[in-house]
Amino acid sequence: MMNSLLPFEAIAAMRFLREGRMQTLFIVSGIAIGVAVIVFMSAMLTGLQANFITRVLTSQPTIQLVPPDQLARPQRMGPGVFENATIQFPTQRVLSIVEWQKIRDRMKARPEITAVSPTVSGSALAIRGDASRAVSLSGVDPDTYFGIVHMKDYIVSGTATLTSEDIILGTVLAKDLGATAGDKLNLQAASGAMLTLTITGLVDFGNKGVNTRNAYVALRTGQSLLGLPGGATTIDLTVGDIYAAETLAQEIQASNLVEADSWIATNAQFFTAVQAQKNSNVLIMGSVGLSVAFGIAAVLVVSVIQRSQDIGILRAMGASRGQVQRIFLLQGAALGLIGSLVGSALGAGALIYWHSIAREPNGTELFPLILERELFVVTAFAATLVGLLAALAPAQRAAKLDPVEAIRG
Amino acid sequence: MADDIIRLEKVCKSYNMGLTSQTEVLHAVDLKVGRGEFTALVGPSGSGKSTLLNIIGLLDRPTSGHLRIKGDDTIGLSEAELTNLRGRAIGFVFQAHHLISAFTALENVMMPMLVDRGFPNVEMETRASELLRSVGLEAVGGNMAANMSGGQQQRVAIARALAMNPDLVLADEPTGNLDTKSSDSVFELMRQVNRKSGTSFLIVTHNLDLARRCDRTIEVVDGRVTG
Repeated sequence: MMNSLLPFEAIAAMRFLREGRMQTLFIVSGIAIGVAVIVFMSAMLTGLQANFITRVLTSQPTIQLVPPDQLARPQRMGPGVFENATIQFPTQRVLSIVEWQKIRDRMKARPEITAVSPTVSGSALAIRGDASRAVSLSGVDPDTYFGIVHMKDYIVSGTATLTSEDIILGTVLAKDLGATAGDKLNLQAASGAMLTLTITGLVDFGNKGVNTRNAYVALRTGQSLLGLPGGATTIDLTVGDIYAAETLAQEIQASNLVEADSWIATNAQFFTAVQAQKNSNVLIMGSVGLSVAFGIAAVLVVSVIQRSQDIGILRAMGASRGQVQRIFLLQGAALGLIGSLVGSALGAGALIYWHSIAREPNGTELFPLILERELFVVTAFAATLVGLLAALAPAQRAAKLDPVEAIRG
Repeated sequence: MADDIIRLEKVCKSYNMGLTSQTEVLHAVDLKVGRGEFTALVGPSGSGKSTLLNIIGLLDRPTSGHLRIKGDDTIGLSEAELTNLRGRAIGFVFQAHHLISAFTALENVMMPMLVDRGFPNVEMETRASELLRSVGLEAVGGNMAANMSGGQQQRVAIARALAMNPDLVLADEPTGNLDTKSSDSVFELMRQVNRKSGTSFLIVTHNLDLARRCDRTIEVVDGRVTG
């Protein structure tokens, strides 16, 4: 029987939809497919983005402070007169950040910065037997640095420990040198200084360039090899709000004698790609929304014609124009809502399936499965609204029917 | 005077035909239907019967003249007020039964009450069952309207017309689509209701035999009321 909690308009709307089974089924399927595409794409995009961000943020600092570029100034002969206006860009020596301890302490004092770690970096030569490879060497303080770069998560063999005698190598570099964890190798700096170190672990950051070049030693070892005792060439930072990193970086750069590079600036390409993806997503959503709206409107226009006698009878019984209008508005909204619920389930199902079969070559997931409740709520709400808007014209038409003509049929 | 349910005074109705010409369908019609009267409205096709019925049923407005329902003039009423008055004071029975096919017989009878009050309740259902019983269809109340015979549908339509306890039931050729037997029983049903509850009936019919069995016959010829 009738549900006494539902008003007359809702009861009539549901009955009309139920009676027009085929039309309802077809249009709901149409809406569901459109909504499924949107849900699938949005969730996958969110997943891929989240995956990238996790990877970036656990394998590199969000902000890096480096010494400013060394500049040559033109020599002046007198006020406003240059002796030689053309200047050569100077070579960039490996320099420590001036008074880096002070900057480090200043950074530590800021509440929005969650981790601070000084490092020295430069290039060196790794030598093992006949093989020698140029490496980009980072001297790090394991206690603080491993809080920024989650070394443990990327170690594929050995352990993430660094004493002054240890070194961690990228996997490809280790292969090139024919070395595994536990082996020894020689590290030679440009100055000629040479050290023999033990390989404690191999890391794979999922990036061939990085895996071929990177080597990590303890901060003091790095300092002595690179000829920068007590120095730090970079200060690595992690911030709480990763999307505020660029603003913060600019602020730090403005108030300290350093250059601050945020992950947003160094991964600009990624953000361009995400933005392009988002734009095309919006375009697709818009087109799907429009075709859903036109589909609902078309079905309801036909329904108004089919039901004109019913409408006439209802009007003769004392139903107001407003009541008739609401019956059709509710049908539109209900089609949108039901279609979006079915579509959300379809989209989520497709995503779960795709997530289970789409794998990286090494077997890890291509993207994390992120099904935000917000996405479904927003989609359902938007689809209901689209249905309501699409029903405006047909509902108006139904309300305007002259009961005399409608009954005559 | 107050005993007249319907009173038409010099009601004219004309339709615009194109931009300039007008056709007058009703010419200064004066008409009364008293309380409890069982009246037939007869006349040839195109005489203006249906137009007259639509005006009396507040589905159409007269071009000039006055229509009083229980003594109150309806001319100044807004569309919404007319709709409301129509729902409460007048019940309709149409020729092609016109039940709403998406609902059961019982729900069709409940419909005028539902339209009026907005939400369904138990009293509505009880009243609808009683009405169905009074037209002899209590047993098939749960059937979908579309699955009933023509005679049954018309009985349900009569029950529906009575749902709001109207002062007047307007029936537009209620037996037009039925065979003689069903036609007779539907007519007798209306007559019975009229006698029992005192509801006035105004029945448009082509069937002169039925017309003769009414209290009074009003004849419409060329937009004028005679007899």
